Amino acid sequence: MHNKTIAELARGLRSGAYSSRELTGVFLDRIKQNQDLNCYITVTEERALEAAERADARLASGEAGPLTGIPIAQKDIFCSKGVKTSCGSKMLDNFISPYDATVVEKFHAAGAVLLGKLNMDEFAMGSSNETSYYGAVKNPWDQNAVPGGSSGGSAAAVAARLAPGATGTDTGGSIRQPAAFCGVTGMKPTYGRVSRYGMIAFASSLDQGGPMAQTAEDAAIMLQTMAGFDAKDSTSVDRPLPDYTAGLNDDLSGLKIGLPREFFGAGLNSEVAARVEAAVDEYRKLGAEVRELSMPSLQLSVPVYYVIAPAECSANLSRYDGVRYGYRCADLTDLYTRSRGEAFGAEVKRRILIGTYALSAGYYDAYYLKAQKVRRLISEEFQRAFSEVDVLMGPVTPTTAFGIGEKTADPIEMYLSDIYTIAVNLAGLPAMSIPAGFIEDKPVGLQIIGDYFTEAKLLNIAHRYQQVTDWHGRIPQGFE
Amino acid sequence: MSLTSEQVNKIAHLARLGIDAGDVDAYARDLSGILDLVAQLDAQQTDQVQPMAHPLDQVQRLRPDVVTEENQRELFQALAPQVEEGLYLVPKVIE
Repeated sequence: MHNKTIAELARGLRSGAYSSRELTGVFLDRIKQNQDLNCYITVTEERALEAAERADARLASGEAGPLTGIPIAQKDIFCSKGVKTSCGSKMLDNFISPYDATVVEKFHAAGAVLLGKLNMDEFAMGSSNETSYYGAVKNPWDQNAVPGGSSGGSAAAVAARLAPGATGTDTGGSIRQPAAFCGVTGMKPTYGRVSRYGMIAFASSLDQGGPMAQTAEDAAIMLQTMAGFDAKDSTSVDRPLPDYTAGLNDDLSGLKIGLPREFFGAGLNSEVAARVEAAVDEYRKLGAEVRELSMPSLQLSVPVYYVIAPAECSANLSRYDGVRYGYRCADLTDLYTRSRGEAFGAEVKRRILIGTYALSAGYYDAYYLKAQKVRRLISEEFQRAFSEVDVLMGPVTPTTAFGIGEKTADPIEMYLSDIYTIAVNLAGLPAMSIPAGFIEDKPVGLQIIGDYFTEAKLLNIAHRYQQVTDWHGRIPQGFE
Repeated sequence: MSLTSEQVNKIAHLARLGIDAGDVDAYARDLSGILDLVAQLDAQQTDQVQPMAHPLDQVQRLRPDVVTEENQRELFQALAPQVEEGLYLVPKVIE
């Protein structure tokens, strides 16, 4: 039953084919058998079995929702009451959250079963999961390759069937890039659609949580529970929640797809380009019209991001001072400096330093203000594109999953692996990555970008593709 | 744009971030590389452009000024490295 989708499992639970207790046991066993992938930082076995029993009671009483009894795993960036919430950092290795993130609370309320907390790049800063204090996660398709990051544990867990669904967060591609590398479906919703309350902050104007699962239908079911207005998040958007599963099968005839030329330039591996073009051809068969367009400002998204994200990170991470919670150094002279120096890893330090520099006296206008202005140009370019087409499509990543250790020596090279995903965060738009084929047994993702609050349309577009292809249903060898 | 080791030490001090002396040169090299990447922005004309702080240009939502949270001092202080009589303990900074 571990290969079934969330939608299928929900039907199985309702029909009584198996109980949530049995289902949860299957996943807990698989997690134990596959510890070498390093997907989980914490497994909450006891709580999971208790939650499963409560879910079974709810199922028996006929009060179950679509996620009741479904095992789910949370990225270890979401605070979970009474459970270690590390954010992949030594800084929070001893942090037991005193409260639940809104997203965690919503899954609880829906009757979902929390299996545990998933590995990730330290404070979500990374594109390979290699910056985690708990070590790299292995890609189930090729255990010498990275799963992507920062939601690498989430993507690998779904691909290896160690959870039917997982949460991720996406600041510059951290849901979509690992989804592409691991061959799963991931969605980064519109900024403000999913509450950030209790989601440990990295870059507050870019961070957004979203679902990762086998299929678009499952992502829709999860998003239905995750999304919605939350008074506890000051940037949460107060806007009615559509039914994300209602339009999944809508016809795509006449859909206007735009292909930004800048997404298909010299940096893109030609075989990845071929898989993406083949996926676009499937959409032509489904009745879509495809046209090319030009978005020259996209080229500037990486430099803009590496001012704005570090600037916001340097401010957000100033809270870790060794006084109220988290790591404290043994020798108390220079308490702040030592605690922070000893507990943050190299990539987090680089970003705190670059952000501090960009915000320091005399440099603010040249870096931060300039980046915010170019950010607007990028955002306006998307709006111009959406006046001509309904969605944009392109690659998620320039290559398939790279090798563990291959890009750790040069931070810039690592940053450039997010070249196609970052602009979406700067503009605050929703976007998905869906499996669109393989190159030498490694998955390739197709990116679908929509205008603000078009999550339902994106899910519909992804779902229709998954009705005529089976890439999303492939399982890595050894995990069948 | 290249940063000197001295500048890296100054930024690290501003960020209250301990860096091993042996790593300073490597940080100087990496940070200079990032600033070179960022320098691509200089070529973009932005004189008439309004800076964008928020993707949806939302303004801060206001709420009535009433207490919504209960005091949970004991719960929160249970996480602290050192507390005494409800106070967080820090090293003495004034002699």
